[in-house]
Amino acid sequence: VMFVRSGFRALSARFARLASTTTGVSRLPFAVLQPKDVQVFSEILGPRGVLTSLDDLDAYNVDWLRLYKGNSAAVLRPTTTEQVSRVLRYCNDRNLPVVPQGGNTGLVGGSVPVFDEIVLSTSLMNRLLSFDASSGALTCQAGCILQNLDSYLEDRGHVMPLDLGAKGSCQIGGNVATNAGGIRLLRYGSLHGSVLGVEAVLADGTVIDSLSPLRKDNTGYDVKQLFIGSEGTLGVITAVSILTPPRPQSINVSFMGCDSFDKVISVYREARHALGEILSACEFMDAEAMRLVSTHLSLHNPLSDFPFYALVETSGSNPDHDQQKMELFLEHVLNSDIAGDGTVSGELSKVQALWCLRERITEALRIDGTVYKYDVSIPVDKLYELVEQMRVRTSGLAKSVTGYGHLGDGNLHLNLTSDGFDPGLKALIEPFVYEWTAQQKGSISAEHGLGQMKPDCIYYSKSVETVQLMHNIKELLDPNGILNPYKTLPRDRWTDQTL
Amino acid sequence: RIIAMAVRVLVGCKRVIDYAVKIRVKPDRTGVETQNVKHSMNPFDEIAIEEAIRLKEKKVAEEIVAVSCGPEKCQETLRTALAMGADRAVHVQVDQQQYESLQPLAVAKLLSKVVEKEKINLVVLGKQAIDDDCNQTGQMTAALLGWPQATFASKITLVDDKLEVVREIDGGLETIQVNMPAVVTADLRLNEPRYATLPNIMKAKKKPMEKLTPSDLGVDITPHYDVISVEDPPQREAGTKVDSVDDLVAKLKDKGVL
Repeated sequence: VMFVRSGFRALSARFARLASTTTGVSRLPFAVLQPKDVQVFSEILGPRGVLTSLDDLDAYNVDWLRLYKGNSAAVLRPTTTEQVSRVLRYCNDRNLPVVPQGGNTGLVGGSVPVFDEIVLSTSLMNRLLSFDASSGALTCQAGCILQNLDSYLEDRGHVMPLDLGAKGSCQIGGNVATNAGGIRLLRYGSLHGSVLGVEAVLADGTVIDSLSPLRKDNTGYDVKQLFIGSEGTLGVITAVSILTPPRPQSINVSFMGCDSFDKVISVYREARHALGEILSACEFMDAEAMRLVSTHLSLHNPLSDFPFYALVETSGSNPDHDQQKMELFLEHVLNSDIAGDGTVSGELSKVQALWCLRERITEALRIDGTVYKYDVSIPVDKLYELVEQMRVRTSGLAKSVTGYGHLGDGNLHLNLTSDGFDPGLKALIEPFVYEWTAQQKGSISAEHGLGQMKPDCIYYSKSVETVQLMHNIKELLDPNGILNPYKTLPRDRWTDQTL
Repeated sequence: RIIAMAVRVLVGCKRVIDYAVKIRVKPDRTGVETQNVKHSMNPFDEIAIEEAIRLKEKKVAEEIVAVSCGPEKCQETLRTALAMGADRAVHVQVDQQQYESLQPLAVAKLLSKVVEKEKINLVVLGKQAIDDDCNQTGQMTAALLGWPQATFASKITLVDDKLEVVREIDGGLETIQVNMPAVVTADLRLNEPRYATLPNIMKAKKKPMEKLTPSDLGVDITPHYDVISVEDPPQREAGTKVDSVDDLVAKLKDKGVL
């Protein structure tokens, strides 16, 4: 299919029609898995390395949100980089498409097959390779679960530089491949900064060893940056080297109730000002989100009812100093009527309980019904406007409309629910959400990525020329397009298969 | 008719290692690592305070005195109790070294003396501390005072100057009636403790905290037993995965289960 280059507006109008994802996607002419292929995989990976029975495959074919179901006939579970290399070389030669999969906790359907792509799971690649106690550099295989890595580091006085609700299941390779954000990005920055090295395997089996754990290395182009956030479309990440900061000695969490979103923004401004270098997280949630976690997970609101809640966390090396700063901050927000009420604690069990209120919203939403999940970056001042507009727009059709997210990063998680999938509701949401975001010059996917949900929406946030460059890179690294096809890059860029 | 008595409550608060913390046994096996480890109020004591506050909110209790025995850091725990709603705090100072061997009988003696001093007629304690799991202080305090005890309470009601307490026991629930003054120990389902909210946290700083020593109270806190060693429970062995039902049956037979 040929598209004439045209202005951004015209394109976005054209793609607005396609913004309802994965409708009308046809299978590209890849090869189909044959018994001889399974035989070859078994020889490379051993008997436990290949799963083909239907009972086993389900978990790998369906995403966490249960919105996307693929039809893979085989799941491959390598344990070494060398096995990944041999598998990919074979698949590339045979023109068999592959979906790299870690913890399968992604929220845009990027980790499950669209058709019958083979799932390449990193779950058995869970060895920790090294830890440098002086620099904090941790090197491990891609299949290590985030929470396990953090537990390992806890014993050694360090902490992972990212944290997200899926920590008990997500794997570091997947985190890096999706440039995962999370609740500590405010403090530790993005993975583009904290990842020191990446080892990845290209579609043709070439192993790119850029795994060095050095803090500074300006020798040529920084190729690891290509893989970070590439959503498995440029290579399969097999090992990661990451910079881990010292574990904070004291963590305090305050949870406040605010009467308006403007006051929530004031909380953030005051927090940055008063807490400065010890601020480690700033999140918000609305009354609806609180209602969802109370109803579905029996979590208790520590305060009385407010339209908005803000969570501010500090992490520092001196408990007394931090507590004092936190108390001054809280006295100020209370006395200036920025917060109507709040609670604060440095006790570990209470800190965890307060975080649950924010981290388990996603879980509560999934129990509530079919979830329509959006993740946008917009100027902080406008962060809640979109939620209000959606509420009005979908009134009567949506069961629940809620907004919450990483206040400090300008990242809104907008979620709607309904009982069973409702195309009418979906049509009211998309493309309005994307167009509105584009008008604010925001990002239609702040941290969740594009996956199979939003590839065609890329033009709302990126120019034609930029996407062309992405396409050129994809062609260079994966000319047959076997790595995670139908994802990330828009439809008009999917490689035309000619054999 | 019976005149409703003014109920003056004493609540015990122990500072223990936070239940969310991974416990580590000291290499010399004399105890667990407590240095630089996060502590918080014993969860059952939080439940006790919450119950006392609810009695006060129902205008049944007139005043709540929170007591803690131990070193300086206990004052943090007492501040939390005050922030939740206790009126006054009493810190019975015991230095760090003596604190390590402070045992329930000594604590019961200290609490009894404070009870007499403060003219308390209702003592509410957590049923046990999560560090030693002794489950003795409440019972011993009642015995020393010669008061009735209602332990493992999951519901407390004051009816005509008597306490009706629903107790959690092995067979289910038992409802008893005890005369006042009495000692009650709180079990898990008694209530869900509130979070201390900011205005109260601020107010708590101004509430009175009295400091006493065991000798002020005329109590000898010498320990009566020694802890010989503290060890980790045996490591769980890894399980084995089986590939088929036949395999499972064979393995169960090997282990002599079938």
